[in-house]
Amino acid sequence: MGVPEVDSAFDSTLGGAGDVAPAVEIDGLVKRYGSTTAVDGLTLTCARGAVTAILGPNGAGKTSTIEICEGFRRPDGGTVRVLGLEPADPALRPRLGIMPQTGGVPPAARAGEWLRVVSGFHAHPLDPGALLGVLGLTDHTRTPYRRLSGGQQQRLSLAAAVIGRPELVFLDEPTAGLDPQARHACWDLVAALRAAGVSVVLTTHQMDEAEKLSDHVVIIDHGRVVAEGTPESLTGAERQLRFRARPGLDLEELLAALPPGSAAKESPSGHYIIEGQVGPQLLATVTAWCATEGVTTEDLRIERRTLEDVFLELTGRELR
Amino acid sequence: MTAIATLDLTPRPGAAPLHRMVLAQAGAEIRAMLRNGEQLLLTLIIPILLLVGFSTVPLVDVGAGARIDFVAPGILALAVMSTAFTGQAIATGFERRYGVLKRLGATPLSRTGLLLAKTVAVVAVEALQVVVIVAVALALGWSPHGDPLWAVPLLLLGTAAFSGLGLLMAGTLRAEATLAGANLVYLVLLGLGGVLFPLDRFPAGVQHVLGLLPISALTSGLRTVLSAGGGFPGGALLVLLCWTVAGLVLAARTFRWE
Repeated sequence: MGVPEVDSAFDSTLGGAGDVAPAVEIDGLVKRYGSTTAVDGLTLTCARGAVTAILGPNGAGKTSTIEICEGFRRPDGGTVRVLGLEPADPALRPRLGIMPQTGGVPPAARAGEWLRVVSGFHAHPLDPGALLGVLGLTDHTRTPYRRLSGGQQQRLSLAAAVIGRPELVFLDEPTAGLDPQARHACWDLVAALRAAGVSVVLTTHQMDEAEKLSDHVVIIDHGRVVAEGTPESLTGAERQLRFRARPGLDLEELLAALPPGSAAKESPSGHYIIEGQVGPQLLATVTAWCATEGVTTEDLRIERRTLEDVFLELTGRELR
Repeated sequence: MTAIATLDLTPRPGAAPLHRMVLAQAGAEIRAMLRNGEQLLLTLIIPILLLVGFSTVPLVDVGAGARIDFVAPGILALAVMSTAFTGQAIATGFERRYGVLKRLGATPLSRTGLLLAKTVAVVAVEALQVVVIVAVALALGWSPHGDPLWAVPLLLLGTAAFSGLGLLMAGTLRAEATLAGANLVYLVLLGLGGVLFPLDRFPAGVQHVLGLLPISALTSGLRTVLSAGGGFPGGALLVLLCWTVAGLVLAARTFRWE
């Protein structure tokens, strides 16, 4: 029947038949808290061996979704399979690495000791000392958790998520509150996990993080998926001409000079975006028009839409 | 920083054998208990001060016999209550509040494993308490007469009864309420459970009710087998067994992990 032969030791470690299943498979997930619907029929798939970033504004349902996958919360509707199993299945525990958004460590526990305790729960853990070294925490091995800075606490939590050599890692806002050095250390670790064949599912607010790290981006809002794809497919091949100038230019007049099908907008005030057949001809037309109007442009550039543009278009600009 | 390439991140998941997980977690719990100042005050310093104070100064009329023969078994019972009930309730309550229990739920350590680890840690700390208290009591002139081997099941069943009640409190109340409540119960049971004040000083009707408290059962049972020369402490073991079953069943039904 062409079924590949699987080394039995490998088979038992990695869960046998479940091994062909996606890292995460969510279908029609619903989660309510009282009268609030946090997750509203969400469907998504996270591939094996890939980094999936879940983006969304505060309250979009990111943490609820990830905590259901982790087995911490029960769904009110829909199905969730993690590595082909029910999230609550105890067989999943050694195979998952979990970094919660905050806490989970006794405040008085020393960083190194706590990591050693967690490593003691696993059959083939990484060396806690080496892991602390990679995350720049060696000098804090004997520091109690409550005396670590927010960023150091985050890194310790990240260390605990990967120490058991899991197949799938859930990171809930892994770089929130990190300084640039620590953020890069975290990114390097995620890239190394991916290179080693580990599946990663992370939530983030940072678009550059999602763009840089992930194979697949899922944007969710009001508990539903509003867009997904590779970072490139979401931002599109389309390019834009952007410049800054004094506010209130007459865009109707500019558009009249541009090829048909072009679009121009001022957003926010004094920032102009021209879309259409962005090429040498359009650039020349815009600069010539500015010259005749006596407008000095600053920051004139041609670029692709960023993930942030896509995100704001889909989820709106209002604060929540 | 160490180079990341030194880490082999290739998936190789697997749970450690249960005994290794339990010992790792028990070690963490023991370190936490011995490093916590308030906890040490409750588990060692207060019992030793009471032992020395009440056995050397005639503060309470304990009836015939050497004062230390009356006080030492009571202090052993107090030690069990302080660790298995008060200390465990407060520590577990705050673990729940800080998300530690939830975080542990995401590791290969099962809930059964966690409870085993807590039990190992409590028994280990109690063993330390017993050694220190017995040493001080012997130095104060205590000469146990009775059947000390019966003290072992009494101490273990007392531990189980108080653990059940402590976990019942920790799993249902807010951490601050557990902190206040567990200390209050400690004080009340210290006063009413025959630890230092003989139960026969209370009116007869009240005596019977107080005698059914877990601390009274443990204290009187220990006094029977360690000081009064008695044998099988059946009544005390039965009372403790009832508290154990009630506490653990209720705790298992009501415990909230986060």
